[in-house]
Amino acid sequence: MSRKVDETAVVAGADSTTERSITVTVNGERFERTVSVRKSLVDFVREDLRLTGSHVGCEHGVCGACTVLVDDEPVRACLMLAVQANGKVLMTVEGIAGEDDELHPVQQAFWENHGLQCGFCTPGILLTTYDFLQEKKNPTSGEIREALSGNVCRCTGYQNIVRSVQAADQEWER
Amino acid sequence: MKPAPYDYYDPTTVQEAIGLLNEFGDEAKLLAGGQSLVPMLNFRLARPSQLVDINNVTELDYVRRDDGVLVIGALTRHRSLEQSELADGAWALLPEALHNVGHVHIRNRGTVGGSLAHADPAAELPAAVSALGGRMVLRGKDGEREVTADTFFEGFFTTALAPNEILTEIRIPAWPARSGSAFLEVSRRHGDFAQVAVAAAIALGDDGRVIQGGLAVAGVGGEPVRASAVIDGLVGEQPTSQLIGELTEEFVAELTPPSDLHGSADYRRQLARHLVPRALDESVRRALA
Ligand SMILES: Cc1cc2nc3c(=O)[nH]c(=O)nc-3n(C[C@H](O)[C@H](O)[C@H](O)COP(=O)(O)OP(=O)(O)OC[C@H]3O[C@@H](n4cnc5c(N)ncnc54)[C@H](O)[C@@H]3O)c2cc1C
Ligand code: FES
Ligand code: FES
Repeated sequence: MSRKVDETAVVAGADSTTERSITVTVNGERFERTVSVRKSLVDFVREDLRLTGSHVGCEHGVCGACTVLVDDEPVRACLMLAVQANGKVLMTVEGIAGEDDELHPVQQAFWENHGLQCGFCTPGILLTTYDFLQEKKNPTSGEIREALSGNVCRCTGYQNIVRSVQAADQEWER
Repeated sequence: MKPAPYDYYDPTTVQEAIGLLNEFGDEAKLLAGGQSLVPMLNFRLARPSQLVDINNVTELDYVRRDDGVLVIGALTRHRSLEQSELADGAWALLPEALHNVGHVHIRNRGTVGGSLAHADPAAELPAAVSALGGRMVLRGKDGEREVTADTFFEGFFTTALAPNEILTEIRIPAWPARSGSAFLEVSRRHGDFAQVAVAAAIALGDDGRVIQGGLAVAGVGGEPVRASAVIDGLVGEQPTSQLIGELTEEFVAELTPPSDLHGSADYRRQLARHLVPRALDESVRRALA
């Protein structure tokens, strides 16, 4: 990843019960920031790191738009506090594509199979799929639907999402 | 910022966490997986003055077999227990129940202790722990106490935990060799809280008679409803469909489920009437396998 963001943000401040300085590695890049202890991880990623690919839908854990990988596991970034990510390794949707911004096979499959319309749910669905396919080869459509049951899409009706995941399973060498 | 202001603490030991709870009293809230508490913070339905985050209390994250008992640290993530190889025999009820809890994202963060302490009447884990005869270990400044599920679950979102106590461990007793269990649930969508869920465990003697059992139903009361009369009626008997059917009818007739958005009382009773016999039959089948 070549992106450098928000280098001007203040890195300082003694730790208190309302502010903390944290260090996180996001998409391979290390960031040090001071954050409010009330800030959610997804707001931190969007506002402080300017990685706005992670979306904020419901802010109470039901829609999955805010999904990021924390230490390789998909979680709701609206239900984690930024301070809880201290020392962790994160991946957001911006980190899926390769160095040269070439689409990852999972992204390519969604592109080719119309796995998205408005795209609001897509970052969460891509990361959930990325994690799911890493563990699973040749999933059935039932298994795909279960894996994605925590990601709500209001546009596609899911048919093309399932098709995209099937195509990604075939194309992604892993 | 979504949540109302609070002071944040992240102790690394149970002792330290208990110290903080004692200092702050019931103004403070423990934060475990955050999958129930953070939504409430975000909506400001919960406004604790202090948040005591126990995610760094790693001494509470373990699953092991100790003297035949399955012991689970309160901070164990749902996902770890779901994938634990130790949870076999009747204990396989725990992973089977957890598979119905939310989605993988939720189970990666949600903790065993958090689900029990939260005590949602439609939650899966309290029913499963209750059916298996699990006991909860609560620790406060004056030491530890161990309580049964009946004592622990007091009603809608209410447990025996005092504000300055922490649920530290869950102990699931050993079950006889020929045991089987089953968890069945009906919910609106996969991953939703149960409309009704049934957790059953049955142990059989050499002659095929029931020697021990546990049965708890979620979604039909303020806490997991234990069907002790059904189990009492089965112990010493062959678990025939007819006997199970009769005992289920008596049990269901006594139920007073809530009516809400997710289902009427009648509908929930009807679900229990169908799920209880199926869960018991399946437990017997697995005990014999
Ligand atoms: C979209 C979604 C779907 C869900 N679906 C389901 C479902 O189908 N079934 C289900 O059962 N749950 C479901 N949940 C809730 C989830 O299981 C929670 O993880 C669980 O209820 C609480 O566990 P937690 O570790 O996240 O606790 P937290 O949210 O951190 O805490 C919950 C409460 O328990 C207290 N607490 C936590 N740990 C302890 C402890 N060790 N000692 C004393 N008190 C403690 C906290 O102070 C708080 O009051 C869902 C959640 C979401 C967001
Ligand atoms: S914004 Fe996090 S799950 Fe909806
Ligand atoms: S593409 Fe619009 S919400 Fe899924």
